[in-house]
Amino acid sequence: MHEWALAEAVIETVLNYAKKNRARRILSVKVKVGKLQSIDMEIFKYAISELAKTSLLKDTHFEFIEEDALFKCNLCGHEWKLNEIKIDKDTLESIHFLPEVAHVFIKCPKCGSPDYNIIKGRGVFIESINIEVDNHGS
Amino acid sequence: MDPRVAIINKRLTEVKRVLAIGSGKGGVGKSLIATCLSLILSRKGYKVGLMDLDFNCPSCHVILGVDVNNIKPMEEKGVIPPKIYGVKFMSIAYYVGDNPVPLRGHEISNAIKELFTITRWNNIDYLLIDLPPGTSDELLDVLELIKNVNIVAVTTPHITSIKAVEKFIRITNWLNKKVIGIIENMGQNLRPRANRLTKELSIPLLGVIPYIPDVENSIGNPIKLLSSVFAKYLEGIAEKILSRLDH
Repeated sequence: MHEWALAEAVIETVLNYAKKNRARRILSVKVKVGKLQSIDMEIFKYAISELAKTSLLKDTHFEFIEEDALFKCNLCGHEWKLNEIKIDKDTLESIHFLPEVAHVFIKCPKCGSPDYNIIKGRGVFIESINIEVDNHGS
Repeated sequence: MDPRVAIINKRLTEVKRVLAIGSGKGGVGKSLIATCLSLILSRKGYKVGLMDLDFNCPSCHVILGVDVNNIKPMEEKGVIPPKIYGVKFMSIAYYVGDNPVPLRGHEISNAIKELFTITRWNNIDYLLIDLPPGTSDELLDVLELIKNVNIVAVTTPHITSIKAVEKFIRITNWLNKKVIGIIENMGQNLRPRANRLTKELSIPLLGVIPYIPDVENSIGNPIKLLSSVFAKYLEGIAEKILSRLDH
């Protein structure tokens, strides 16, 4: 249910953006979800839809894109994907809450270094917000 | 667009006061002061949270004697920190155990944002933040992300520590945050070495805690810690902190 917290963050950010830009309507929102965080997409989508019900977002179309996690070693330059390595359930659970703890449990498959960058697929990110602006002001 | 930034201060509307304990140098006793202060405030009847932001070397769980392999935050529309001797306690240690945590600066920033995004404090009076040593990512993130943060600066009487805490305070001032006072820990005599600093920067000295070797015997045992000489000194300081927070 940690997905609710992230869904709340998305809703809050979109509403802030809409307010700042004097949006009359929020047409669509594109949300990228990195696979490293192992978000339960059903719960996340449900949370978004529930939280959007009572706001300016009730008619907004939400699009969700899942992104593979990609790592690059800072030591040897090797790149690898999350699905190329084995991770146990407890580790996945810890990474689910705090993706950065990956550095504790996942090492570069080539040189064994814990010093690498999570190039993509870390967590939740708002890719775009499409609004209809109130040109007359408020 | 990072969705976490917008939610952090909304989450902190559940917290009446945020107090970050920091210094320029390591080894001055920040974690012990932050943890013991949390226990003292909780014993006074306040609802208290404690967040260990020293991701590289978390130690508040060691001071509190928390078995992080078996005690975990509860998942409920975010995470709810477990109550340890009345203090809602959050730490990266729940997720990494006692493993070393090799994080670069931008990763530390990411982890701080994530932790503040997902943690639900559910109406507390005081949230104490144990900052790691130094003046880099953790300090800057806390100062920039948390609008109403109050700072307590900790130093030892050593010249190197006083020089470092001065830099720490100047940075908080640059970012328009309130340093409510300085604690001199491991003080060696009745004339606090931090006096010059408090005068130059117009920041009150909250108190001096002498070097108390046997406080080490209280680590991992909050009841023993609360009855220690260290806690007695800190109780007086706690009163001063509360009175300054209420101004």
